[in-house]
Amino acid sequence: MSAIPFSSAAEPWILPSRGRVAMLSLIIGESAIFTIFVVAYLYYIGKSLSGPTPQQVLEIPLFNTVCLLSSSITIWLAERQIERGNMRRFTAWWALTMALGCIFIAGTAVEWHKLIYLDGLTIHTNLFGTTFYSLVGLHATHVVVGLCMLGLVLIFSLTGHVTEANSERIQVLALYWHFVDGVWVVVFTVVYILGR
Amino acid sequence: MADQTLPIGGSIDVTLARPEARTALLEWLHGWVVTVDHKRLGILYIVYGIVFLLVGGVEALAIRLQLAWPDNHFLSPELYNEMFTMHGTTMVFLVGMTIVFGFANYLVPLMIGARDMAFPRLNAFSFWMTAFGGLLLYYSFIGGFGLYGMGAAPDVGWWAYAPLTAKAFSPGHATDYWALSLIVMGFGTLGTAINVIATTLSMRCKGMTLMRMPLFVWLMLVVSALTLVTITPLTAAQIMLTIDRYLGGHFFDTQAGGSAVVWMHFFWIFGHPEVYVLVLPAFGIASEVIPVFSRKAIFGYPAMVAASVGIAFVSLGVWAHHMFTVGMTSVGNTFFVLSTMLVGIPTGIKIFNWVATVWGGKIRFKTPMLFALAFVFQFLIAGLTGIMLSVAPWDWQLHNSYFVIAHFHYVLVGAIVFNIFAGIYYWYPKATGRMLSETLGKWHFWLFLIGFHITFDTMHYVGFLGMPRSIYTYEPDRGWNHLNLIISLGGLIQGIAVLIFAWNLIHSYLRGKRAGNDPWDAWTLEWSAPSPPPAYNFATDPEVHSRRPLWDLKHPEDPDWKYE
Repeated sequence: MSAIPFSSAAEPWILPSRGRVAMLSLIIGESAIFTIFVVAYLYYIGKSLSGPTPQQVLEIPLFNTVCLLSSSITIWLAERQIERGNMRRFTAWWALTMALGCIFIAGTAVEWHKLIYLDGLTIHTNLFGTTFYSLVGLHATHVVVGLCMLGLVLIFSLTGHVTEANSERIQVLALYWHFVDGVWVVVFTVVYILGR
Repeated sequence: MADQTLPIGGSIDVTLARPEARTALLEWLHGWVVTVDHKRLGILYIVYGIVFLLVGGVEALAIRLQLAWPDNHFLSPELYNEMFTMHGTTMVFLVGMTIVFGFANYLVPLMIGARDMAFPRLNAFSFWMTAFGGLLLYYSFIGGFGLYGMGAAPDVGWWAYAPLTAKAFSPGHATDYWALSLIVMGFGTLGTAINVIATTLSMRCKGMTLMRMPLFVWLMLVVSALTLVTITPLTAAQIMLTIDRYLGGHFFDTQAGGSAVVWMHFFWIFGHPEVYVLVLPAFGIASEVIPVFSRKAIFGYPAMVAASVGIAFVSLGVWAHHMFTVGMTSVGNTFFVLSTMLVGIPTGIKIFNWVATVWGGKIRFKTPMLFALAFVFQFLIAGLTGIMLSVAPWDWQLHNSYFVIAHFHYVLVGAIVFNIFAGIYYWYPKATGRMLSETLGKWHFWLFLIGFHITFDTMHYVGFLGMPRSIYTYEPDRGWNHLNLIISLGGLIQGIAVLIFAWNLIHSYLRGKRAGNDPWDAWTLEWSAPSPPPAYNFATDPEVHSRRPLWDLKHPEDPDWKYE
């Protein structure tokens, strides 16, 4: 092989990270799932034959939203810390990210409890209930999956198993979390602004 | 034939002590179950697909036996509905998808000079998810009615239009098994697609730039990207259907304000690109086979790549041509007429390029080449009937007739199955170390070709005569009697041909001629590895300098890289 003179042989052969490529692919695929649910939600706005309607029962979850969106910033700060090798600061920011995510899920639980027990809205009450619980529930499922993975990293990090060498994997996982946060912007707009 | 001692490839001696015979068998089986080797998983996918090809073929023959005569009672109407539903679902998901991704698994890492896929364990997970999904679907024969009595398979058609799938019209669990199995297989497929993308982008050997990748790898990259946005809408729609059936949701419940047409849109947003997910790998196989057996480099490589990417994009905007009779606005109809016709341009480019590759070549009519050449002509006809059906008024006349059935079987069988056969004849020596018998292969080819044309050419004609699809029988005075008998006889001939193929696979595995590394004198990297390739694929990392690395090695005086 070396007998063949080849100009670029001296150039370094650099390929994209497989973790990032795979996570971006997963995000594209997940986006398609969300798109279908969002389209269904938009199409069925105002098509319910009976109450309760979104105007009557939905309140804007502003605090929740602020918590979830700021968790994107804290996870980004954690990523910066692990790149520099500040493991204690990394763990702190990571734990804060998780706490914010947990607050979001708790807020959703409170909201759903009110909707189910006070307003009597379940998934089979009307079309609004069907589309609301499935779209918001799909997002919440992704948050829970994300929290499980964040929790795993937190356990490893507290036991000292996460080092600077893992920074790329951590960043790949953070991509997923950014995606979950980004989707919330869409879900929030569709459900709480356009849908009300 | 080529020099067998190529400088890349080679082997490392890793002979292990042989265990005793009985434990050896168990260990052998265990080895296949726990394997994360892309080659073994590829073979598992393909064997799984071929088994279900036989199952789906039996279902097709049952359908044809029922329709061979008017007023026939071979199958009951209920069983007939189950047969065409299971035939469609099986052939698309359990045969087409598994074989396509089986080829991708086996060939992509070898062709780009990699050790394995990017994520070997994800790869194994994806296969077993797919396999489990298939079992779930077929378990419905036993568990379909659950505790209510006799078993039943899904009978809602592979398109499963609402509101037929509602609990009121499809009691029992058959439809649930259908939906769940497609969700499970969808996750498996998504995993494989992610894996193929990561492999092609991140695992290429030194010098394998994107524009030097074999066209098969390019096509699989495009297919996997398309799969990401194609399978997932189906998964979403199946989740909605399951919510409707289990939790009392109203997505497709027209009595509560839901819409049956929304299901149609969601299904075909998946369903149409799905056809391209299946046919693009077939293009990839043809683009590998045709040059090698014409002894010429592929004509217009960059145009082929551009056309593949173009087809993928256009295919995302054509789905509602399945719904011209639903009653869309004239603007909607016109948009989907034009976008569908647009597909003809990149596919036309491809057909011209294949013809130009063959043109002036030193053609060797081996079995793989025969199948690939038949594909080119049949795909041309399939494309032409596709253009005819893309014209909305023509579609209003022939929608849901056998003309449509004939058209899509021309694509699915005439293009995809023919190329799958071409691919198996071409790469079987690499995977097993043995050549498939040419004599049996020629019998298989000619019988299958004749049977295919008897069946599907005639189907166009009964479609013109007004025979609708999905009917379990018909009256004798419609003028379809003899034509249906001819169609069924053609199906029988295809069945015999497939049995010859199955026999050839087994017989040649045991008694076939030894293949050597490079039996076809081919040019892509997989032929530099031993046959079958060792677990590590290449003893040393290959390095490539052109689109035909083996040509460069065999012809150092006139290498390709001087001209690319």
